[in-house]
Amino acid sequence: MSTETFLQHLQERVEQGAPEWLTSRRQSAAESFARQGFPSPRQEAWKYTDVSRIAESRFTLASDAALSEARLAALRLQVDDAHRLVFVDGLFSAEHSDIGELPAGVVVEPLSQALMQGREVLGSQLGRLTGEDFSPFAALNTAFAHEGVLLHLGRNAVLEKPVYAIFVSRTGESAVMSHPRLLIRAEQGSEASLIEHHIGEHEAANFTNVVGEASLDANARVRHYKLQEASQSEYHVSSMHIDQQRDSLYASYNLNLGGALVRNDLISELNDENATTEFWGLFFGQERQHIDNHTQVNHNAPRTYSNESYKGILGGRARGVFNGRVYIKRDAQQVRGYQNNANLLLSDRAEIDTKPELEIYADDVLCSHGATTGQLDENAIFALRARGISQEMARGLLTLAFATEVMEQIPLAEITERVERTVAGKLPDRFNLMGVVEDSDA
Amino acid sequence: MATEEMEQLVQREYKQGFVTDIESDTVPPGLDESVIAFISHKKGEPQWMLDWRLEAFHQWQTMKAPSWAHLDYPPIDYQAISYYSAPKKPEDGPQSLDEVDPKLLETYEKLGIPLHEQAALAGVAVDAVFDSVSVTTTFKETLAEAGVIFCSISEAIRDYPELVQAYLGSVVPRGDNFFAALNSAVFTDGSFVYVPEGVECPMELSTYFRINAANTGQFERTLIVCDKRAQVSYLEGCTAPQRDENQLHAAVVELVALEDAYIKYSTVQNWYPGDEDGKGGIYNFVTKRGDCRGDRSKICWTQVETGSAITWKYPSCMLRGNDSVGEFYSVAVTNGRQQADTGTKMIHIGKNTRSTIVSKGIAAGRSNQSYRGLVKMTPRATGSRNFTQCDSLLIGDQCGAHTFPYQEIGNSKSTVEHEATTSKIGDDQLFYCQSRGISEEDAVNMIVNGFCKDVFQELPMEFAVEAEALLGVTLEGSVG
Repeated sequence: MSTETFLQHLQERVEQGAPEWLTSRRQSAAESFARQGFPSPRQEAWKYTDVSRIAESRFTLASDAALSEARLAALRLQVDDAHRLVFVDGLFSAEHSDIGELPAGVVVEPLSQALMQGREVLGSQLGRLTGEDFSPFAALNTAFAHEGVLLHLGRNAVLEKPVYAIFVSRTGESAVMSHPRLLIRAEQGSEASLIEHHIGEHEAANFTNVVGEASLDANARVRHYKLQEASQSEYHVSSMHIDQQRDSLYASYNLNLGGALVRNDLISELNDENATTEFWGLFFGQERQHIDNHTQVNHNAPRTYSNESYKGILGGRARGVFNGRVYIKRDAQQVRGYQNNANLLLSDRAEIDTKPELEIYADDVLCSHGATTGQLDENAIFALRARGISQEMARGLLTLAFATEVMEQIPLAEITERVERTVAGKLPDRFNLMGVVEDSDA
Repeated sequence: MATEEMEQLVQREYKQGFVTDIESDTVPPGLDESVIAFISHKKGEPQWMLDWRLEAFHQWQTMKAPSWAHLDYPPIDYQAISYYSAPKKPEDGPQSLDEVDPKLLETYEKLGIPLHEQAALAGVAVDAVFDSVSVTTTFKETLAEAGVIFCSISEAIRDYPELVQAYLGSVVPRGDNFFAALNSAVFTDGSFVYVPEGVECPMELSTYFRINAANTGQFERTLIVCDKRAQVSYLEGCTAPQRDENQLHAAVVELVALEDAYIKYSTVQNWYPGDEDGKGGIYNFVTKRGDCRGDRSKICWTQVETGSAITWKYPSCMLRGNDSVGEFYSVAVTNGRQQADTGTKMIHIGKNTRSTIVSKGIAAGRSNQSYRGLVKMTPRATGSRNFTQCDSLLIGDQCGAHTFPYQEIGNSKSTVEHEATTSKIGDDQLFYCQSRGISEEDAVNMIVNGFCKDVFQELPMEFAVEAEALLGVTLEGSVG
């Protein structure tokens, strides 16, 4: 069976002197994965996403993290003022990382090191939010849990600079799989932002399977930027689990530009009053890319708030999937939950399957969701062309404008420029472009 | 070898059933080939119809009841149901209104139903109350003049076999889903309408006309065919609460609209919802589908769903003809412990097809309600458009309202819009009305009716008036 092919490399990982609690957690996760098997499109949550391509592939584990400085420099964002961690095919590269100085009460460490240090937070955090059976992929990640990022913010600790975690996928002789784990523990009143950047060499055809768990205590604020720019042959599966206490804020900016087959799950649990979740997303698919975003916001307490906006842009024969669920528990009154998914189809062979769901068991709530799918406005293109802008540039401009609502939420210019370049790639120099826009405004 | 034995067994049972049960009026609970043969024989059907039913039955046997709906009910024992009972004779029913449950009469009163209709609805032998024959004859004459065929499906199978054979199962195939397969095997009643080319049906057709011609069946099968440029408006059900000892209802409705045809199908469903604890209500599993087969054809579904303990119903449109139009307007109200999982499917296949979905859900008491819909744009359906609006209103903190809209869009020349909101009746709205001397209950009624206005205005006039009254009755006791 294919599940065995995936688990056969497990021994290589276990021998590395892991604590006993981790060994037993890995063990039961491996069993859970074997029991569940890979999901089939007959399951509602995987209705539009067929992962048999992953199941039928063979992946090994990377044995080294070698990567030239030049190679990395070409791939990574020029965010220099950050606590930088670099992972190559799932392995930590101390050589390229630069965590730098940290304020008191803050731990930023690769998971392998934190395990070696015997950090207590790991035992209480790892697997707390995923449970064993969230999905076979999450179970597989736990079975291999070994490397990733630990971000521990002590009481009232504020991290000024972002944590920048780079996951590089190399082109290699054989395809490899990696199972990065992100653990975020934000104690009361703490604040930080994390940039999770997945990038691949051009031909890389690896399998990256991320699981993240974030626990936010009262009044903690975490901003999580995910920029997924894997190669067009890469498989990328991830699930992010968030647990929020009173007055906390978790904002996710989920930008997916790469990958052959991409599946993201985001699950937020709003467990106490005045906790807020923001989910911002953009997915851009070309050629035969398949990008699937599943989000869930669970309002488990009264007066909790959520706001979600996902924009999909699909060209070529790309297929996008969006499934957003807002759940309001019985007696969770005075909740506000908004959700919106807008999609732009740039080609007749592109497809979008969207399902915004509401499941509501309390009456004094304000909830709405909207979903739209359409194309570029021919009149708007005409208006631009009448001002001497080429067809291609006009389309690029309007496509960018469509993404603006999400992009303007992101204060990091490095990221927005990257996205703009990909989405409106064939446009001339950005500054020229800006010039054109300003002129036509005036 | 084993298959041979099996076949023999089947043959034997089939014969026995055929012979022994023929004189009786009801079959014992259970479902096998002999029961189907019995039903078919009882209805005087030709061999092809029996074969059709048996094929459906074989398909049904391989299927499982769907479990994806947001509904919670104990598994149904299909072998514990009797699949045929002869129409009730007048002398079995109550002989006068005095014998009818006073609670039921009270509701009729509130709905403003005339006395003789009350009697008909309560199952009182109608002939004693008013001369139904004359009503029936008048409308039959009018229809005959126009060339419209309107009869029970059983009559149609006997009298217009070529029409039935051409269209039956062409929209909802036998094995479409579990309940449709069951219905195909055992349906005992339903209506058949055929409107010939170029004819605008001179009157609104209603099952009500046939109410005393035959008992409303447990497994109804309705087939409406509108030929080129023909038009018909069909009303199903009535606003008055209907009681029925059959708990399981699995109807199938098929609509076929050829070029430039227009079918308007309006339903008011008010089956018994069960008592306060949800005991004894009707389980209503309905497959309704319209096929806009010809170019520029149009099908409009309007439904007001207030009854049944369980509603599982998704009236759909297959927009196959170019420029065809599908519409779905729905008000669903649940109270007590009712559960409704309802919505629509709009499958855009032809070019420049348009669809509109307006769904209003009102949940009160301890009820749960879901909108489940699919809008699919196939790659061919360029220039198509859909607009969907589903709003939910929650009354009370023990109910639930859910929305599961699916959108599958496969071309870039179409536009699909969906919006949904969930809220409750605002305290400020209530206060505003009350400060003007309107009682709380009337205010709620007014606001709820306003909430449903978009749908009600699609209903035929007399239905609309009744539907408004019905909302009030259904929501009674859910406020304050």
